Amino acid sequence: MPKVIKNGRIVSDDWRILALDEDETPAAAVVPAGHALVPLEVWQAHRADLLDRATRGEVGVWLAGDDDLEAFAADVAPFRIIAVNFPKFTDGRGYSIATLLRTRYGYTGELRAIGDVLRDQFNYLTRSGFDALQPRADRYTDEQLEAAVANISDFTQPYQASATHPQPLFRRVARPGPQQVKS
Amino acid sequence: MYRYDEYDQHLLDERVAQFRDQMRRHLAGELSDDEFRPVRLQNGLYIQRHAPMFRISVPYGHLASRQLRKLAHLARTYDRGYAHFTTRTNVQFNWSPLEAIPDMLAELASVQMHSNQTSGNDIRNITADAFAGVAADEIVDPRPWAEILRQWATYNPEFAYLPRKFKIALNAATEDRVVVRVYDIGLDLKRDADGNVGFRVLVGGGLGRTPILGEEIASFVPWQHLITYCESILRVYNRYGRRDNIWKARIKILVKALGPEEFARQVEAEWAHVKDGPNTLTEAEVQRVAAHFVDPDYETLPARDEVHEAHLAASKPFAAWIKRNVRAHKKPGYASVTLSLKKTGIAPGDISAEQMDLVADWADRFSFGEARMTHEQNVVLADVRLSDLHTLWQLAREAGLATPNIGLLTDIICCPGGDFCALANAKSIPIAQAIQQRFDDLDYLHDIGEIDINISGCMNSCGHHHVGHIGILGVDKSGQEWYQVTIGGTQGNDTALGKVIGPSFARDQMADVVEKLIETYIEYRHEGERFVDTVHRLGIEPFKQRVYGGEQQTQRKVVNA
Repeated sequence: MPKVIKNGRIVSDDWRILALDEDETPAAAVVPAGHALVPLEVWQAHRADLLDRATRGEVGVWLAGDDDLEAFAADVAPFRIIAVNFPKFTDGRGYSIATLLRTRYGYTGELRAIGDVLRDQFNYLTRSGFDALQPRADRYTDEQLEAAVANISDFTQPYQASATHPQPLFRRVARPGPQQVKS
Repeated sequence: MYRYDEYDQHLLDERVAQFRDQMRRHLAGELSDDEFRPVRLQNGLYIQRHAPMFRISVPYGHLASRQLRKLAHLARTYDRGYAHFTTRTNVQFNWSPLEAIPDMLAELASVQMHSNQTSGNDIRNITADAFAGVAADEIVDPRPWAEILRQWATYNPEFAYLPRKFKIALNAATEDRVVVRVYDIGLDLKRDADGNVGFRVLVGGGLGRTPILGEEIASFVPWQHLITYCESILRVYNRYGRRDNIWKARIKILVKALGPEEFARQVEAEWAHVKDGPNTLTEAEVQRVAAHFVDPDYETLPARDEVHEAHLAASKPFAAWIKRNVRAHKKPGYASVTLSLKKTGIAPGDISAEQMDLVADWADRFSFGEARMTHEQNVVLADVRLSDLHTLWQLAREAGLATPNIGLLTDIICCPGGDFCALANAKSIPIAQAIQQRFDDLDYLHDIGEIDINISGCMNSCGHHHVGHIGILGVDKSGQEWYQVTIGGTQGNDTALGKVIGPSFARDQMADVVEKLIETYIEYRHEGERFVDTVHRLGIEPFKQRVYGGEQQTQRKVVNA
C-alpha cells in the first residue's frame, strides 16, 4: 500500500488516484468503490452522483495546474480531501493552488500533494498548505521516507506569511533593530 | 549596511544544513541529476565546462570589508585565487570542487553571505543603484526596500518553481543606473506631492533571446503595498506563465501575449484580495530595516580641499583618474571612487584574492568599511574624503585597480563566455581583450569619450549586449563562433535596444569592426556628441557602409530569433 506523510507522520494509504485514459470522456469514467481521488472534470461530470461520497470522505478530487480553480472554488466545502498533482516537481503552479485553497477559498480538509513529490520540496509544500505528501510509491525506501519527514521543518521560522504562518516574520516576532544586533 | 539578526542567521544556517544534506544524498546516488539540478541552482551551483560554477549573491551590491576578505579567502582556499564580478552584482567562482560547496556556504554564512537563489526559476538577487545613499540625485534610498524584498523573496515557498527566472531591480534616482526597464519587475521609487514614498511598477522587461523593455502597469503603488503588489504579479505569472517552452517562459512573454493592460487588470484583480492583508508593510518594519542604512559618521568638511587641488594640478594621470573614476558625493568634502576591474589584459570583472584583500583594507581605511559592486562590473568605494583620494589612487594604481577608463571604450561589460560557461555559444573574453588592446591609447580613449561596449557569449545576454552602445553577441553557426553586432542600444533613462548592423563576423575581425565603427563616429560626430548620440542622429547606415564596405555577404545573416 502506498505511503503518505500526513501531518508529519507516515501512514499507509488506500486512496486510488483515478486518471482518464486519453480517449476516455469524463462522463464515461467509472469511479470505483472505496477511496478514490478523481480528476476535476470527472467530479464536474458526476457531481450529483458523487456528492454524498465526497461528503462522507470517500471521494476526493485532484487538481491539475491548468484546472480552473476559481470555477471550482465555490465547490470545496463538501470535500474532506483534495489533491494537487505535480506532473513534474519543477511545475510550481501547485504551490499557488494550495496557497489559494488555504488562504482564500477556506478549504480546511486534507490537502495532498501527489505526483512528482520529493523530500527536497517538503518544506515549501507544507508551508503552501499541503498537510499530506505522497511521493511516488517507488521513489523512497522506507528508511529514506522516515528520514525525509525531517525535511518538512527545513526552515522553522520563515520570513513569509503562508498557509502555515498567517503572519510574516515582521508581524510574528519582535525583531531587534541594528543597535541590538551583534555584527 | 544591513546586519543579520538571529532570525536571518538562523534561516541561513538552516539553508546551509539543507544543502549539505542534499549534496550528501546526491553524491550517495539518492538524489538524481535531474532532481538535484533545481536545488543546486537555487544555491547558485552550475555544472560548467571545467568544474562547477558557483555564484554568490551580493544583495544590491553591498560588501563589508570582512565579506570581501572572506571572498578572498575562498578564492585562495577553494578556487584559483580570483573571482569574477557579474552584471547582477553576483560573485562567481569557476573552479571550486563540487564537494567543497557546502563548506564554502558555511564559510559564507559566517559573514552573512550566501548564494540564495542566484540561479534557478525563482526570484533572483535584487539589484539597486551602486551609488545608493550617496548620489546627489537620489529621491529615496532604495536599500531598505531592496532588503525588505530580499527577505520576502528568500525561501519563498510559493515562488521557488516559477516558469523561469525572475529578476527585480530598484531605481531610486533621477538618473536610472540600474537599467530598470530590462527587468521582470522594475521598480521606480518616487514621492508623491505630499512626500510619501511609492513605486512606479514596470513589468515584462528582459533581454535574452526576445529583448523587450518593461511596460508600466502602475504609476504609483504606496510603499505599504510593495510586497502585496509584487506578490500579485508573481502569482499571476506563476499560474499563467508558459511552462511548455523555455524560450517563451519569461514573464515578458505573458505580458506581451496578454497585453500590458490586460496583465495589469489581472494583477489588480489578484491584488484586490491580498491588499491590506498580512503582507502589508508596517511603519515599524520599514523603520527597523531603514535604521541599518543610515549615513555613516561623516565629518564636517569643506567642499574644497586644497591639498587635493594641488595634487590635481601637479599630476595629469591623477587628474585623468579623478575625471573618469570619481563622482561627486552628496556630502561636502567626500567623493565616490570607482575602482576599475577593466584593466587591459585582465578579463573584465575579474578580481584576484590579493586585490579583494586590498579593497577590503581601503574600505576600512577610507570608506567606513564598505565597498559596492556595480552592474558595470566595477567596485565602488562610496564615501572617500577628498583629502584621501591621492593616497587611494596611488595604492589602487600599484594594485592595478586605477585604470582611468570608467565609462570609456575599454570599460567593457562582458560575461565569462565560452571560456567558462556551458551555455555560451562563443567566447567573449578574447573579444574584450582584442578591443582593449586595439584601443590602448589613453588620449584617444578620452577623445572617443563615453561609450558602452557590452559583450555576451550567447542569447542569455549576461553581458546585456542589447543595451550596449555597441553590443556584441556570440552566435554559433555550424559549430563555429561568430559575432553579431548591434549599435545604438542605451541604458539609463532612455533605455533602448540596439539594431543589428548586418551579417556576423569572425572573432579576428572584431577589433577591426569596432575600430571602423569608432572611425565613422569620429568623422561624423557633432561637438559634444557621444557615439550613441551620433548613431541615433544618423541611423545605422553610415556605420554599416563603413564596416561592410559594400561587400556584405547576405548569406551570413544571422536571424535574431
